[in-house]
Formats: sequence, C-alpha cells, structure tokens
Amino acid sequence: MSAVAGASVAVDAGARPGRQALRRFLRHRLAVFGLTTVLALVLACAFGPDVIPYGPLHIDFRARFAPPFAGPHILGADQLGRDLLVRLLMAGRVSLTIGFAAMLISTAAGTLIGAVAGYFGGWIGAALMRFVDAVLCFPQIFLLLALAAFITPNLLTITLVIAATAWMEVARVVEAEMKSLRERDFALAAEVLGAADGFIIFRELLPNAMAPIIVAATLNVARAILLEAYVSFLGYGIQPPTPSWGNMLNNAQEYLVSAPWLAIFPGVMITLAVTGFNFVGDGLRDALDPRLDRG
Amino acid sequence: MTGFLFRRLVQSIVLLWLVSIIGFAVVHLAPGGPLAQFTLAPGMTQAELHRIAHQMGLDRPLPVQYWEWLRRMLVGNWGRSYQDNEPVLWVIGARLPATLELMIASTLIAVLLGTWVGVMGAVRRYSVFDQLATVGAMIGLSIPTFWFGLVVIYIFSVLLGWLPPGNLHTIGDNSFLDYVWHLIAPAMVLALVTVAIWSRYMRSSMLNVINQDFVRTARAKGLPERVVLMRHALRNALLPMIAIAGLQLPSLLGGALVTETVFTWPGMGRLFLDAIGYRDYPVLMGILMLSAVMVIASNLAADLLYAAADPRIRLQ
Repeated sequence: MSAVAGASVAVDAGARPGRQALRRFLRHRLAVFGLTTVLALVLACAFGPDVIPYGPLHIDFRARFAPPFAGPHILGADQLGRDLLVRLLMAGRVSLTIGFAAMLISTAAGTLIGAVAGYFGGWIGAALMRFVDAVLCFPQIFLLLALAAFITPNLLTITLVIAATAWMEVARVVEAEMKSLRERDFALAAEVLGAADGFIIFRELLPNAMAPIIVAATLNVARAILLEAYVSFLGYGIQPPTPSWGNMLNNAQEYLVSAPWLAIFPGVMITLAVTGFNFVGDGLRDALDPRLDRG
Repeated sequence: MTGFLFRRLVQSIVLLWLVSIIGFAVVHLAPGGPLAQFTLAPGMTQAELHRIAHQMGLDRPLPVQYWEWLRRMLVGNWGRSYQDNEPVLWVIGARLPATLELMIASTLIAVLLGTWVGVMGAVRRYSVFDQLATVGAMIGLSIPTFWFGLVVIYIFSVLLGWLPPGNLHTIGDNSFLDYVWHLIAPAMVLALVTVAIWSRYMRSSMLNVINQDFVRTARAKGLPERVVLMRHALRNALLPMIAIAGLQLPSLLGGALVTETVFTWPGMGRLFLDAIGYRDYPVLMGILMLSAVMVIASNLAADLLYAAADPRIRLQ
C-alpha cells in the first residue's frame, strides 16, 4: 500500500520539475534546433516519397547523372537515373528506423543489466559489471564489424548487431544510479514493507533514474545512425537495392570525380540526423539534470 | 603504490581473460567460418572439407578450441594467418606502424589545437569564439568520419590536387616529406573527432581551474595574465587530461580503422577488414586481443601517470 503511495508522491513531485525541465530545454537554442531538424527529417522521410513523382527504384536512363538543382530531379539522379531525393528519403526511413530500434533495444538491455547489477550487487553485480568492462575494452567498431560481417544482413539483424555493441554505457549509468538510489529511505521503506524486488526496481527506483537513461538513449540514436551508415558503407549492412544513407555513399565513392553530389547529399543527411540527436541529447542533459553546470 | 599497482595488474589480467572469451565467442560463433571459402573451390568434396576442418582443429568443441588457443597464446604463439600462413604477430606487426603513425599524428593535432580551443573557450566563456567552438565540436562529433574523408579527398585531391588521395607514400619515393605529405589528409580527418572531444574536456577542465584560489593569488600578485594562464592555470588544467587521453584510446582506434578504409591506408584497420573478408580467425583474434591489450594498458598507464603528475592523488 504505502509503496504505491510512495510512488505517487514521486510522480507528483516530478510534475513541476518536468515543466521546469521543459522550460530549460526550450531555452537551449541548439537543442530546439536539433529537435526541429529531427522532426523535419522524420516528417520528410515519412511523407516525402509519396509527394515525389518517382519511386526509389524507378530507372530513367535519360536522367543518368543528372546534376542537382536543374531539371525535374531536384537533387539530381544517380548512375541508373534514379531520383536522388526520393532515394535519400527512403534511405532515411531505413536509417532512422534502425537508429530508433537499436536505441530501444540497447537501452532496454543496458537498463535491465545495470538495474540487476546495481540493485543486487554482490557477486552478480560484480560479474555483470566486469562483463561490461570487458566488452568496453574492444573498440565498438571492431566488435560491430566482426559481428556484422558474419550474419545475413537485413533490417532486423543489423539493428540487433548495433544494439549488441551499444548497451554498455547505459548499463554503467543505470548501475551507478541504482546503487545510490537503493540506499535512500523510500527504497528502504519499500523493502521493509516487503515489496518484491521487481516492484522496487521497476516502480520505485527506475522512475527516479529516468533522466540519465533518457539522455544516454538519445545520444545512442545518434551513434546507431552513424554505425549503420558505416557498416552499410563497407557493404556489410543494408544491401542494395534497398537504399540506406550508408550504402548510397558506398555506391557514390566510384563517381566521386564525375558526380560528387551523389556522395555529398547522403553525408549531409547523416550529419543532419546525427547532429540533431546529439543537440537534443545535450539539451536534455542540461534540462533534466540541473546539478550539472556544464558551462 | 605497490599494492595499488599489484591489484590493478591482477584486475587487468582478469579483464584480459574475460576479453579473450568474448572475442573468441564473437569470432567463432559466427556462421560461415573459415571453411566457407574452400567450399567453392573447384573439385572440393565433403570428405576433403572434413579433412581441412580437422587439420585446422575446427571440428572440435568450442571450449576445447578456446583452451588450445589460450594455451598457445600464453607462450606467445598467436597462431598463423589462414591467408598466407605467416605468423599472426608478424602480420599485425607489419601493419601496426602505419596505424600508430596515424593515431600519433592526429593525437598531436588534437592536443595542440584542442588545448588552444579549449583554453580560449574557457578564458572567454560565452564569447562568440566559445559558442562557435561548442557548436563546432558538436558538429565535428556528428560528421561521419568516412564521409568527411571522401569530402577531403574530393576537395584536396580531386579539385585542388594538393594532397594525394591515399596510401602511405608514393611508390619509389621514401623521403620523409613524401610520408608527411601523404599523412596530412588522413590525420586531419581522424583529428576532427579527437580535436572536438579534447577541446570540450579541456574547456571544462580549464573552467574548473581558473576559479580556484591559487589562480586568484597569482593574479593578485600582479602577474601578467598570460603567465597566470599558461604557467599556473594551464599546467593544472592539463593534469586530468592525462586520464581523459587514456580513456579515448578505443574511440581513437575505431576512428583509425574508419579513416584507413577511406584512404587505402595499409594499417591494422584495413588488415582487420581483409581478415573479416577472408574469415582469418587467428588474425581477427590477434587484432581484437591486441586492441584490448592496448586499451587496458593505456587505462592503467593513464592512472599511474595521473598519480605521478599530481601529488594530491593517492592511489590505494
């Protein structure tokens, strides 16, 4: 009973800081810019392809290497005469989906592992955290390539592989939070009242650790988009003809001299998306954690 | 101090053992395996495949294979490359200098440029320069390294013709200048991220220091601002950067791999990709283990250096 009351008190107290956090976030000009960029990209990728009169696989040999900003193909066309803009937007669907999905999976996994390690501590906690330390000893890209090269690449497997190499930081953050939170009075009260471990972890402690998790998750989206682009660029990721920003760059490398726009636009899209999420993450950190004066 | 060193060494060895299990699992659990390349060879029979698998020890259970690998590793035998039967250490050793060259060059750029940007940002906090540096660092961290490499090649090699589009040096030209000329573009590309990170940390470290009493004292003594900043503040602000430098090694190694792929740079990153394509398990394991050793060693070295440089830190 009282454990439930404790939880609702925490929510009540969270309402006003929530509005304060929103105000702090909106004052952060770069964060607002980042959020706008992300929303614009998502909307463009969601609805853009329906507006453009070409399909992403529509081949028009007369338009081969059509330059941008001249003629019916707004951003030009590639070596098969496929419209670059519609391909960029379709690729955005793939890349953004992978970014979000990998973030969700890696954050969930990292939170679970970190929560268990931080809450139970002892040898379980030590073993889990040494495992985290060990995985962090590998440069993420080495691990990612070693995994990605050996699987059949598709949307699902690439997402899983990226998530598998990106959960460790969340686990560390959550473990540290749980360790300190579980000594607080409200957690001890819940324990004394006989609340189950799962209840204490998910209903009492985790809601109070949401701020750093949300920040880490946002930055993870940015990282996942970068990683997907790189793996696809090397040919181990999303396979053509399905476009992704990474494999479009791979293809454009050959035509760097004759048709540089094929390489420039996908890179700009990646940079926009990643910058957007990084700015949002930075703004969230300032907004959600006022203790941190990062200047 | 000795106690600390001993405990950290034991911890590092346990960590390395964990790392080796994870690395082995990642490499060996993957489907396909090194036999995949033989299956397509003309005249290949199932019996022959089995014979090769047996010869390579691939038909034994994984824990046994791991144990064999570990036992050989412990006596310094890293195995032989499947590709050309050269010893793994020799293969990696041939590629390591190119990667180190790239990493050292971009670290130098990061330390010089990043320190300057960070210090200027901290001293003139919230100035136009500071805000531009903040935004710039953020964008630098967001630009995909491989794409930035392509852009640099397009601008400086294709359009301007100032820099070569790749490779370690011109064939037949072994002069020092030629090496430097080839190093500029890839080092610049790898430095984009390192400068961004270094300048951010430098700025906050400097901000921490310039509000402390000893800096105020130095100013109160009437020392010129330049001396206060360079001799008093900067020296102290650089101390925590030793630890930061140690922690940045994994991302620096990863960044080097990415840069190498764009600039056809014959380093460890390219070797890693070749080894993946060829399912060259011993070389893959060798590179994974070597990079983990480098990461663990640099963390340990950073801790020790930090303590040696700053007498306020007591290691126990």
